[in-house]
Amino acid sequence: MNFLAAVGRVFLGFLEHTGRLSVFTVVALSHCVRPPIYHRLIGRQMMEIGYFSLPVVGLTAIFTGMVLALQSHTGFARFSAEGAVATVVVLSVTRELGPVLAGLMVAGRIGAAMAAEIGTMQVTEQVDALVTLSTNPFKYLVAPRIIAGLLMLPCLVLVADIIGVFGGFLVGVYQLGYNPATYLHSSWEYLKPIDVISGLVKASVFGFVISLMGCYNGYHSRGGAQGVGQATTNAVVSASILILTSNYILTALFFNK
Amino acid sequence: MTAQAKIQLVDVHKSFGSKSVLDGVTVDIAAGESFVVIGGSGTGKSVMLKCILGLMRPDQGSILVDGEETVGMAARDRERVLKKFGMLFQGAALFDSLSVWENVAFGLIQGLRMDRRKAHDKAIEKLYQVGLGADVAKLSPAELSGGMQKRVALARAIAAEPEIIFFDEPTTGLDPIMADVINDLIVKCVKELGATAVSITHDMHSARKISDRMAMLYHGKLIWVGRTADVDRSDSAYVDQFIHGRADGPIKMELRR
Repeated sequence: MNFLAAVGRVFLGFLEHTGRLSVFTVVALSHCVRPPIYHRLIGRQMMEIGYFSLPVVGLTAIFTGMVLALQSHTGFARFSAEGAVATVVVLSVTRELGPVLAGLMVAGRIGAAMAAEIGTMQVTEQVDALVTLSTNPFKYLVAPRIIAGLLMLPCLVLVADIIGVFGGFLVGVYQLGYNPATYLHSSWEYLKPIDVISGLVKASVFGFVISLMGCYNGYHSRGGAQGVGQATTNAVVSASILILTSNYILTALFFNK
Repeated sequence: MTAQAKIQLVDVHKSFGSKSVLDGVTVDIAAGESFVVIGGSGTGKSVMLKCILGLMRPDQGSILVDGEETVGMAARDRERVLKKFGMLFQGAALFDSLSVWENVAFGLIQGLRMDRRKAHDKAIEKLYQVGLGADVAKLSPAELSGGMQKRVALARAIAAEPEIIFFDEPTTGLDPIMADVINDLIVKCVKELGATAVSITHDMHSARKISDRMAMLYHGKLIWVGRTADVDRSDSAYVDQFIHGRADGPIKMELRR
């Protein structure tokens, strides 16, 4: 009986959580399109998400491209398919690794920061203060972050794609001895617009997920420093899981023929 | 009394789970009066203020501001009604990411859409009104002492010249001299604005100084309401025990061993 009660409690908790997240999402999205739009705040968030994440995303991308080239070369050499290395690098980076790794890195950097900032505002009554100053917290805190996430993740991923492919090129040409012109030709030859576009669409979805989970967990944090810490952890974990889940769904939608 | 009441609470109930925090609170607060609610920690004083502001929704009952029902009010109407309010939060609740003058001018810029330059001048004027110079305007709230933060919060609460001002534990955490400075500022600002003031506190010195009328909240009910001059002749053992700060009496602290 106790076991059934525990299962029921968990299930009801899940339903409550899902319902609350759904309502939060709908309200947040409605504030993204309804005026007034806070351009200054959106700009600030775009700088925070886009510009200040460039170093971490760039470093992740270049080493990923380099490792990919190295691993593909040693693996493909077993069946004399080294010629496919450049194509594998460019397709892997643009379709999967660029958006997913950039998404995970930004989830750790930005999702956590959003949850911590909004969570601290919540537990120190700053969110209540916004309301008493006739300012809707969704419009002031949540909408600018969601819009910036939606717009900036594709830009970051585009940069990550270029840097990742360049990393592969560096290893391919200077360590593995590929001809630069042949490597570049192989990279371009099999690359289609859909490979890049699918990655950018994924990035936009990931940007939305990161901002949403950061804001949602921060907004619902309670109980002082411990609550804010828990919200930060939840924001990163839930965003990471949702990124990987939505990545599979989007990949299936784009490429499952 | 009812016809002129600025704020009216009628049979307001609010519970969290099985714990009843407000249990049928009924009170009228007249325009221009300074009304103080006293009571121990956790007796529901802050919840009462939050219900009036719409930050929490009562489970039952009616809250009228200028005769207009606010429970269940649409968001747009709520924003309109909130323009009548200013609030000084217990922990000041200043926005960390903004400078002192931006905090003071926040309601003017976001709520009243005032030009930033005009709002800056108004913020400086309000800072002078609470005894702070223009030199603190560009500082961050974190650079101020607790007393200065309270004064900035008071400047923010009165910046838009509201009709109603709420003070949530205005002297908590301050030394006696600074607490008295804040009390004097509250009296002066409320008088200058001609505003209706509702304060909650357990600091009896502060309560006596800033109020015209007092009420005591105990176990979710207003057990005594009367003129400040009559608080020492309340004929209530609960009020007597509280105002004299005695451990012995009908109010028992919930201590777990």
